[in-house]
Amino acid sequence: MPLVKNGKIATDIYVHVADGAELPADDAILVPAARFLEDPEALLRRPGKVGVVWPNNRDLDDLVPYLDRLAAVALVFPSFRDGRAYSQARLLRERYRFQGELRATGQVLRDQFVFMLRAGFDALDVKKEKDADAFAETVKRYTVFYQPTGDGRTTALSRRTQLRHSESASP
Amino acid sequence: MYAYDELDRTLLHERVEEFRDQVKRRLSGELTEDEFKILRLQNGVYLQLHAYMFRVAIPYGTLSSKQLRALAHVARRYDRGYGHFTTRQNIQFNWIKLAELPDALADLAEVGIHAMQTSGNNMRNVTSDQWAGVAPGEVEDPRIWSELLRQHTTLHPEFSFLPRKFKIAITASEHDRAAIRIHDIGLRLHKNADGETGFEVLVGGGLGRTPFIGKSIKPFVHGRDILSYVEAILRVYNQYGRRDNIYKARIKILVHELGIEKFGKEVEEEWQQLRDSALTLDDAAIEEVRSRFSYPAYEKLPHMPDELKQAAHDPLFERWRKNSVFPHKVQGYSIVTLSLKPVGGPPGDATAEQMDAIADLADRYSFGEIRVGHEQNLALPHVAKRDLPALWKALDKVGLATPNVNLVSDIIACPGLDYCSLANARSIPIAQELTRRFANHDTAGLIGRLHINISGCINACGHHHVGHIGILGVEKNGEEFYQITIGGRADESAALGTLIGPSVPYAEVADVVEDIVEAYLALRDSPDELFIDTVKRLGVEPFRERVYATR
Repeated sequence: MPLVKNGKIATDIYVHVADGAELPADDAILVPAARFLEDPEALLRRPGKVGVVWPNNRDLDDLVPYLDRLAAVALVFPSFRDGRAYSQARLLRERYRFQGELRATGQVLRDQFVFMLRAGFDALDVKKEKDADAFAETVKRYTVFYQPTGDGRTTALSRRTQLRHSESASP
Repeated sequence: MYAYDELDRTLLHERVEEFRDQVKRRLSGELTEDEFKILRLQNGVYLQLHAYMFRVAIPYGTLSSKQLRALAHVARRYDRGYGHFTTRQNIQFNWIKLAELPDALADLAEVGIHAMQTSGNNMRNVTSDQWAGVAPGEVEDPRIWSELLRQHTTLHPEFSFLPRKFKIAITASEHDRAAIRIHDIGLRLHKNADGETGFEVLVGGGLGRTPFIGKSIKPFVHGRDILSYVEAILRVYNQYGRRDNIYKARIKILVHELGIEKFGKEVEEEWQQLRDSALTLDDAAIEEVRSRFSYPAYEKLPHMPDELKQAAHDPLFERWRKNSVFPHKVQGYSIVTLSLKPVGGPPGDATAEQMDAIADLADRYSFGEIRVGHEQNLALPHVAKRDLPALWKALDKVGLATPNVNLVSDIIACPGLDYCSLANARSIPIAQELTRRFANHDTAGLIGRLHINISGCINACGHHHVGHIGILGVEKNGEEFYQITIGGRADESAALGTLIGPSVPYAEVADVVEDIVEAYLALRDSPDELFIDTVKRLGVEPFRERVYATR
């Protein structure tokens, strides 16, 4: 499962630690939410980076107090058609100002890339090799966006009003 | 009419190219049918009994003559020469080939038409009053807001994979022609005490297996806040709507399970966080969209032109005029409904030739504009009264002057078992038989306003719950049976119909409907009392007695 980070295929530095599995000494770790919440302080004291895999049916409230000490949050798409993590992603980025890596995991396919970037994801665990290879061309597909989100892309409506403003200002 | 600008056009072409790539990947086997299914549904492509079905959006029911000709072209070039207008201001083509779909979409994109989000679990086509902008007494043109919402809901990065489909409808008239109370979100445009535009927001309406009339969640949301308020509702729904059971996944179930107060509180909390954001519409943004709508340059015309006085001697013309011609906000003009319910025909179908003819007539008599209503009829929204006689003759020639608008044979019906893989029973032949039973227009006129709605299964695409007479096809031991309700309505007094008795077999449906109508004629207290009012006054019981006495 290739990782695409900031637009490029990258090596995953995180060790994915399952529930009950032994922790590596210093490596960056990605732990399930339940394990993280058992003793968050102990995990956060480790020298390595800590990321949490947060399920899409759990309120973010329990995660929010730790956000500024987390290096990564991975949100889950158990199936292509389950879109709850898009809301979680926007909340983490736009409301709670999470600055770390925001990763999409699970059923991550080419046809969701643009939506995911717009929702604030910057790292994608892409399911198919071929889709990951096509990342660069896929995300160029769209140049017009109707909704304002935290990704900062200019919306069609503000492009129009700017245009109108500059037209009326010109002699 | 809303005119697309370069940005709208660009997005449409980008979408067509994306879909072309998706079809290519499916045909090469790179995408499984399961993966492709969601992608094609996002673009209005269903797999039906015989072939792919292609559903095209007609946002808020407004079409230009050029756009209607493009739909005729698609019917002719890619389908079997006709299309079917639905109850949600869409048109469906039933015989399209997958490999040709991207080309059909590209042809439509040339005239600013798309099929984005006409199916799938996303925000569907935003619908509105088919008389928007021309109805007398309207607060203001709701299409400005419909278009703002159309743009906002198109390819939304957060809400394209909702628990279930999501439908928004808007009205700005006292009389609700957009059926907003049976939508996931219904918006009733009105003004506050300061004369500012806003909306009463209704939520959780819907038909299907578990029908609900929408509940009012907020009496007034200011126009500038409408996007953030809708976004707050969607965010609560996206996170908490049920995903474990497809039949409990609509927002109506969430609203019902939480109760409107608790649901309203959740939305309010979310909205307080969202309201002062980039979603707030400033006047310039609203003005920008408003400026892209053009309105006809109406002439100053007499209320009663000579042409109309002369034609009044022709009883056939008069019958049609009284039935199909409605008041316009501008003196000297009328709104003309074109019945797509000919005697013996499938409700809502139009041939490519008819579509072309309507486009020509719209150019000649209606400033090139056509409207599509949820009753599966079309309308020409700006016809000068002096042109009515000529228009009538031309419509009659192409079979579009059946004087049965709002009458018993103006039936709403889903495609049913003739086309649909979900259906349990046929709808179209029931509708056809009923139009034959009530083919006498004088009798139909005596009966007065009466809406019959037919669905071929519990999914209720034919809105049977809100028909004055509702007919629902079910399957019993491999045979088609029909449950019949009376007293439903979809307007501002929306109500669900009540079951009148045990279900009846296919062959008896038309007889039962005739008996119900007979009962009404005997029970009404005057010829002015409409069917729906008699049912309201007397309840179901006297109808049940009369209809089932001999069964």
